[in-house]
Amino acid sequence: MPIQSVNDFVVRFANVNGSGSASANQLFARSIMRMGVPVSPRNIFPSNIQGLPTWYEVRISEAGHMGARGNCDLLVAMNPETWGEDVEGIEPGGYIFYDSSRPVPKSAFRDDLTILGMPLTELCLKRYSDPRQRQLFKNIIYVGALAALLDIEIAEVEKLIGEQFKGKDKLIAPNHEALHIGYDYARANFECPIGVRVKRANAVGDNIFIEGNAAAGLGAVYGGATVCAWYPITPSTSLAEAFTSYCHRLRVDKDTGQKKFAIVQAEDELASIGMVIGAGWNGARSFTATSGPGISLMQEFFGLAYFAEIPAVVFDVQRGGPSTGLPTRTQQSDVLIAAYASHGDTKHIVLFPEDPFECFEMGAQAFDLADRFQTPVFVLLDLDIGSNHRLCKPLKWDDSRQLDRGKVMTAEELEAGKEFGRYLDVDGDGIPYRTYPGTHPKRGAFFTRGTTKDEYARYTELGAPYVRNMERLLKKFDTAKKFAPAPVQRKASRKTDLGVIYYGSTGPSMDEALDLLEKDGVHVDGLRVRAFPFANEVNDFIAEHDRVFVVEQNRDAQLRTLLMVECGIDPAQLTPILHYDGTPITARFIRKAIGEAINTATGGGRKETIG
Amino acid sequence: MSFLPKPKFRHPAIETNDLGFSHRDYEGAISTLCAGCGHDSISAAIIKAVYELSLPPHRIAKLSGIGCSSKTPTYFLGASHGFNSVHGRMPSVLTGANLANRDLIYLGVSGDGDSASIGIGQFAHSMRRGVNMVYIVENNGVYGLTKGQFSATSDKGSKNKRGVVNTDSPIDMVSMAIELGATFVARSFSGDKGQLVPLIKAAIEHKGAAFIDCISPCVAFNNHEGSTKSFDYVRAHNAALNALDFITPRAPITAEYGEGESEIVKLHDGSQIMLRKIDASHNVHDRGAAMAAIHKHKAAGEIVTGLLYIDEEPVDLHAHLGTVDAPLNTLNAPELSPGQAILDRLNAALR
Repeated sequence: MPIQSVNDFVVRFANVNGSGSASANQLFARSIMRMGVPVSPRNIFPSNIQGLPTWYEVRISEAGHMGARGNCDLLVAMNPETWGEDVEGIEPGGYIFYDSSRPVPKSAFRDDLTILGMPLTELCLKRYSDPRQRQLFKNIIYVGALAALLDIEIAEVEKLIGEQFKGKDKLIAPNHEALHIGYDYARANFECPIGVRVKRANAVGDNIFIEGNAAAGLGAVYGGATVCAWYPITPSTSLAEAFTSYCHRLRVDKDTGQKKFAIVQAEDELASIGMVIGAGWNGARSFTATSGPGISLMQEFFGLAYFAEIPAVVFDVQRGGPSTGLPTRTQQSDVLIAAYASHGDTKHIVLFPEDPFECFEMGAQAFDLADRFQTPVFVLLDLDIGSNHRLCKPLKWDDSRQLDRGKVMTAEELEAGKEFGRYLDVDGDGIPYRTYPGTHPKRGAFFTRGTTKDEYARYTELGAPYVRNMERLLKKFDTAKKFAPAPVQRKASRKTDLGVIYYGSTGPSMDEALDLLEKDGVHVDGLRVRAFPFANEVNDFIAEHDRVFVVEQNRDAQLRTLLMVECGIDPAQLTPILHYDGTPITARFIRKAIGEAINTATGGGRKETIG
Repeated sequence: MSFLPKPKFRHPAIETNDLGFSHRDYEGAISTLCAGCGHDSISAAIIKAVYELSLPPHRIAKLSGIGCSSKTPTYFLGASHGFNSVHGRMPSVLTGANLANRDLIYLGVSGDGDSASIGIGQFAHSMRRGVNMVYIVENNGVYGLTKGQFSATSDKGSKNKRGVVNTDSPIDMVSMAIELGATFVARSFSGDKGQLVPLIKAAIEHKGAAFIDCISPCVAFNNHEGSTKSFDYVRAHNAALNALDFITPRAPITAEYGEGESEIVKLHDGSQIMLRKIDASHNVHDRGAAMAAIHKHKAAGEIVTGLLYIDEEPVDLHAHLGTVDAPLNTLNAPELSPGQAILDRLNAALR
């Protein structure tokens, strides 16, 4: 029986990298969104520019589930090389759309599939003589065919093409033509629509469609970053590039053409973080964007910034490690290296955005935190939210908001004789005052160093001032708990002694999984952690539940380790639920893993949670 | 070693500069380097240069890496902010600081280990970018703080204290700086204050990447017979191309030189260098000539010193980037955060 589903299915495009499929696939996703139906697309791409297999997966979900689902209902098979595994990944009773210009033996299909063959290459050869056109329009032709098959309003696709080529109007008509070649062919040769289809809805609202990296880059603009030093690395590059592009639009003085920003593509990650720290020392808001290998390289500098107390913001768009690992796949495996970066005793503020909306918010807030606490702040995105478009709430900004520069002593205060000790805790919160270089002719200068010093920044190797300083740093870190984004609780529909802690891009899949578990009769309270150091609510949440699952996208249960160490939790109380094959975690996986964990522990069910 | 306070006492009739500061106002803490260390002479030369230029000490930022030379910023300009950063990484920290506030004067102090070994990459790229700074390498050919290992600028054939001969080719930092696009390149000797002080002054007034390789013998580990960086060796083999007199816009030129023996080099702020040519054939405006002079003297077993190359119209990193005149660290929310109205427009374009 072919799958029947309206506004709830997955389409997977299997393409060849560099064939120009990306923009056509995005056109497909956007046109569904324009019909008021939420989509969540994902690029699955190799570390390659041309020739290797690449996939684009679009989850269509009127319910608004933004997490990956797993498998697909309709495969658009444009890459013979991956045919076998692609066909395997179709749900029972699914559909396959393929280029039938060359015969494919019946044995290559499955009996349960609905087969939709269309001679795409042949149609292109007939219509176009230029090889590049043949390739590019082939992609638009299949979008046209899919519009017919899935009942997507062709007018929405046409409108999007118009918007895309605004200013290059010559390209609109040929694209419309290609679209109709596909659309008309499908209507003439297949029974349209098929069992999975799109129906206009009103579930998108005023949500926006943006990549996390772009949102974080924009957050840095709004957060007042003026210096960006970076080194290209997948999947963080588009964050620095988005910052650059937004700055060129929003931060260039209209009269003079002068720029209110400085962006340097450095020679490596060491230089990137060095520049960020130099700029932070000198009072400019500065950041770098990188991924795991870059974080590894920057370690020595993080210790300096922690110990010398210099603000710095680091966006880490996580990918699969260790080493070069899975460079184009997603993971949450930099939690511990960020939290404890560098040699010696160090701890850092770490933020965990779940979607582009939070990438923007935390991208801006990170700069306030870095200045307030005079320390590096890590914003841990990952490839799944960083380099994929995601529907999220529209971005918002409070126009009355000022940049929180933290405790900076001014020339006037120094002139008035206010006592200045660079590492002196005058307010009891562990945060000392600093001065920007060049503030006052006679007062407030100090020597910054990574070596031990006393409260007045004077070099010393004595144990007592060293210990005082280290203890003050702990106090400062504790103060940060109240300023960092608070965790978000999600209560189960009935009282339960099961809890689950999760963070970052796991959010959407977890939300969906909790719904599914509720339907299974498994009630679990959720707590989405949004920052390290952990707020006291995290300890309370664990204390309130007999058993807490910690869902993560890494092998070693890194957040669980951090919870055990920092909150003093008995390991037996925290059950790891781990997904780390490089694909984004799914609600299906979480539901199954939590379900199994409960059954294993209780030998078949818990009366109080399974009803 | 704890902080060493320096007595504040000064002679009531002490000389002052145009700003009313005495040279004592440009001093730092007491040096903890070995007695007789060449680096202390360089610190003294920096103090003298800045004092004579009448620069307000707090408008200078001094940055260094790690090593003996990198400790020295504690020992001069105590009223300036200083930053003793990470081994080999001073150039990036200085670059970032410079991006944040283009109005300060940036003085980078490094050593041959710090800049020619671990930090050679950052040294090279800061020169390429044209960061407006004075970058001084206090070059003693040896790792002092770790007790006498060869550094990357040690000459091939030079002997260490235990008689081991260095077999690696040396890195010549002035050649690299010229090649990489530095717009002011000089070499000097810590024992020649007459040459070094005006070079530092000219480098400060130069609004681009200024590099000074200053041979600075290590009295503890590299001042013996057989070393090519000892006081005796450098004095015996010093081939100065020129000597300089730094002339501020206000001071009249009084010295007289014969035809072809001197040249006036104008700097950005109106000050001038009176270049007294020792080698009349050397053209300081020609990168190629500078490279040739370095090679020629090196082949003759000599250490070429003086102003090797200058571009009188340097273009610095801020000019490349087109940044605003106001220091970036003075911009605030109104200039930096575009506001909700613009965000509404961006949101609308993302639907």
